[in-house]
Amino acid sequence: MAKVQLTRHLYAFFPQLEGKELMVAGSTVADVVQGLEAIAPGFAFYVCDERGRLRTHVNIFVGEDRVADRARLTDRVQTDSRVFIMQALSGG
Amino acid sequence: MSDRILVGTRKGAFVVGKGRGGWTPHLAGHAGMGVNFLARDPHTGALWAALGHGHWGAKLSRSDDDGKSWADASQVKYPADARYLGHAIPSEDSTEIPGPTQIKPATLLKLWTLAFGAPGTIYVGTIPGGLFVSRDGGESFALNLPLWNHESRGGDLSNGGGSGVTHWFGTPASEGGEFAPGIHSVLVDPRDPDRVLVAVSTAGVLETRDGGQSWRSRNKGLVMDYQPDPTAEWGHDPHSIELCPGQPDHIWQQNHCGVFYSSDGAETWKKVSFPDQGVHFGFPVAVDVAHGGTAWVVPGKADMERMAIDGGLFVARTQDGGESWEMLREGLPQKHAYDVVLRHALGISGDRLAFGSTTGNLYVSENRGESWSTVANNLPPIYSVRFG
Repeated sequence: MAKVQLTRHLYAFFPQLEGKELMVAGSTVADVVQGLEAIAPGFAFYVCDERGRLRTHVNIFVGEDRVADRARLTDRVQTDSRVFIMQALSGG
Repeated sequence: MSDRILVGTRKGAFVVGKGRGGWTPHLAGHAGMGVNFLARDPHTGALWAALGHGHWGAKLSRSDDDGKSWADASQVKYPADARYLGHAIPSEDSTEIPGPTQIKPATLLKLWTLAFGAPGTIYVGTIPGGLFVSRDGGESFALNLPLWNHESRGGDLSNGGGSGVTHWFGTPASEGGEFAPGIHSVLVDPRDPDRVLVAVSTAGVLETRDGGQSWRSRNKGLVMDYQPDPTAEWGHDPHSIELCPGQPDHIWQQNHCGVFYSSDGAETWKKVSFPDQGVHFGFPVAVDVAHGGTAWVVPGKADMERMAIDGGLFVARTQDGGESWEMLREGLPQKHAYDVVLRHALGISGDRLAFGSTTGNLYVSENRGESWSTVANNLPPIYSVRFG
């Protein structure tokens, strides 16, 4: 089970996740996003578009590493991985 | 006349109420988020917001308590096989010169406008050019396929078909715009909810008379100055269209290339702008509720500058179908004004009008534009102004 940490901004949209330890099963980052979708319906469409591509202004890290496959999120996740879902430093 | 103005801005939804002290705005949700369009469903009273989260994508949000609380609505999503012909633009990552057009998978780039038809029917105009329709009060939305697969944009691409030629173009705003076509205006005929007009930047105006099963162009009489054939069937850039509720065959269009008026249900358009008087370029148009020949526009200075003309903000009104225009300036700044008023940012309710600018100024007139009063000067850039 990967341990997931979210940018606090996502809690504004999914308050049911706040304060919870998010442990999600799966072998890829895509699995993790789908696992979070199961817990919080609508979550995946905040992080990815209709095609499952990571939104331009969103970053996901597995451990220290930024995901390499932003199109399909096939980056591997280990059972002891920590996954960080962040917003990119952008805005106006 | 409505005593409430709904204002969508780059940094949140505002409701402006009229009390004894005048008009007072308050932030009614989505603080810090882009609200492209804010409107009330007249049948249910629900408020709908078309959001453009910078990070999290376009989202549809609904409030059943006048903006005290909001919840994500059923989301608008392009079907898995929805594709469109786009004009290939070399990016800084390009290693090859792309062909003139390419087939792109459709994803929701922007929720641009909302319109309400018969009870339970909600239309959502989007970029990249999909019209989404709900027939169940917003519980679910479906892409209108006859328009999506219209011959003018290359036909049905889903099974390897299509002509390979599209006449729909993107006209992105210079700041963060999208190079993909967008539906920004949806008008439902109050006499017949199966008759709907949409305006597309950039393609032109299309009409259905059978509830969306078939669509045809409504661009006769429009002229453009940025293509070799000024009167081609497609390629026009309507900035907004509005109809007269009391005389629905009277339809107005603020176009990139002037103001156009139709008194025959958009069968034909007539150019009615006067560049030498400053009535030519702009984005919004408002039409009188009863008199189809009466309309208001907020001109800007040509497409090269796109701001108030010579530093003085004014609203232009015609009461004779565009034969003549009055410049209404009372109460509006006439020095050092650089406002631009976007396509959804002029609203009307009876004799009352309101408009807001990207400079964050909001003005109201109680007397059909004869004079204006300032409601606010420091709102975020204003995207939409609707009474309701």
